Amino acid sequence: MCCNFAKKFKTVLFKEVLHLMRKDFVLELRQKYAFNGMLLYVSSTVFVCYLSFGLRSNVLTVPVWNAVLWIILLFTSVNAIAKSFMQENRGRLLYFYSIVSPQGVILAKILYNACLMLVLALICFVFYGFVLGNPVQDVPMFLLSLLLGAIGFSTSLTMISGIASKAANSSTLMAVLSFPVIVPMLLMLIKMSKNALDGLDRSASLDELLTLLAINMIVVTVSYILFPYLWRS
Amino acid sequence: MKNNWWKILTVLLLVFTVVAGMLSDVPRLAILNETIRNLYFHVPMWFGMILILLVSVVYSIRYLRNPTIKNDIFAYEAAKVGILFGVLGIITGMEWAKFTWGEYWSNDPKQNGAAIGLLIYFAYLVLRSSFAEQQQRARISAVYNIFAFAALIPLLFILPRLTDSLHPGSGGNPGFNAYDLDNRLRLVFYPAVLGWTLLGIWIVNVKSRFEILRQRIYENV
Repeated sequence: MCCNFAKKFKTVLFKEVLHLMRKDFVLELRQKYAFNGMLLYVSSTVFVCYLSFGLRSNVLTVPVWNAVLWIILLFTSVNAIAKSFMQENRGRLLYFYSIVSPQGVILAKILYNACLMLVLALICFVFYGFVLGNPVQDVPMFLLSLLLGAIGFSTSLTMISGIASKAANSSTLMAVLSFPVIVPMLLMLIKMSKNALDGLDRSASLDELLTLLAINMIVVTVSYILFPYLWRS
Repeated sequence: MKNNWWKILTVLLLVFTVVAGMLSDVPRLAILNETIRNLYFHVPMWFGMILILLVSVVYSIRYLRNPTIKNDIFAYEAAKVGILFGVLGIITGMEWAKFTWGEYWSNDPKQNGAAIGLLIYFAYLVLRSSFAEQQQRARISAVYNIFAFAALIPLLFILPRLTDSLHPGSGGNPGFNAYDLDNRLRLVFYPAVLGWTLLGIWIVNVKSRFEILRQRIYENV
């Protein structure tokens, strides 16, 4: 009986997540301005970097290339994910409140943001590599670090954006709250992608990979447990 | 008197720490020389900070389970005292680093981790101040407190072990027994840790009681 209930709960949650994600994707397709805005944000930032470095190409060493790419991605994700709760109007949130579980909402948002960030990160990487040159020696490993970065940014920033959206000056608060929380992840990502850039043996990045997965697990679990309390207000 | 024995113990331990810490015999080690006495002041700050922040998180969890104003006040005051210990830890650490490593700040992973940890808790204070309504402030900052503590654990305990550090016990080996923490040091170090931590708990206790009284007065006015 109990087991049956748990199973039923799981399938309901799964369905909820799927429906909510579908709603986010449909919304994104219908009103393209959000995605297009982020696209323009990425490309103009990359172009600004190109203009600032372009005249002195010897300044742009491999570590600098790596750091600048991750900083662009960090700011892009903070801006993109900050929208995830702020754009929802009050009526719609109340409607969700009455029909779905909070766990469904946070999981759907995390998954949707991970997909969004992955697309943005790939576009950013391609454009950045095209404009500023591509020194990556181990491309699959670098793409793996981008994937982990997209997942990691979306897991921790989605919860933060939920917290920040409740406050008055939410856009400043978003940056203040998220940067310190995201730093451990960012350090691991920069190290891992540096290894991929230098084409080191893949086993060298195993430590970072496992730590990143562990941090992601912790963050998702904590978000899953805490979001219902946030949702109530 | 029965409930206050630990306060007397705190005072005695701290007096012992300061007197014995300054006067007792310490091992003669190269580079460290007399600065090793900072072990009794710098390291206990971190022990105290972690424990008091843990207290803060426990009260935040209790607030979410049982939303009373008392739990919120305890969580907030503990976070503030944790920040105080963190700042003192950074200052004593920088002073020590100047004399042993040659720079106040040498980009050491533990130094950076400590700085980021403090940023997280400063953000907690900013978050608290941006709500006008008391219940909403209490609940949302409790959520952030728990979330931030979960993010702080890898920062303080996992990352420094993966990278090389100037601190002892890094780059693989846990703890600082690799240091020769001999018996003369231990004799003062353990009382020091206990004394400073108890002092922190005492401060939290007094400040929270004060705050609760103030809330009560405001309610009655």
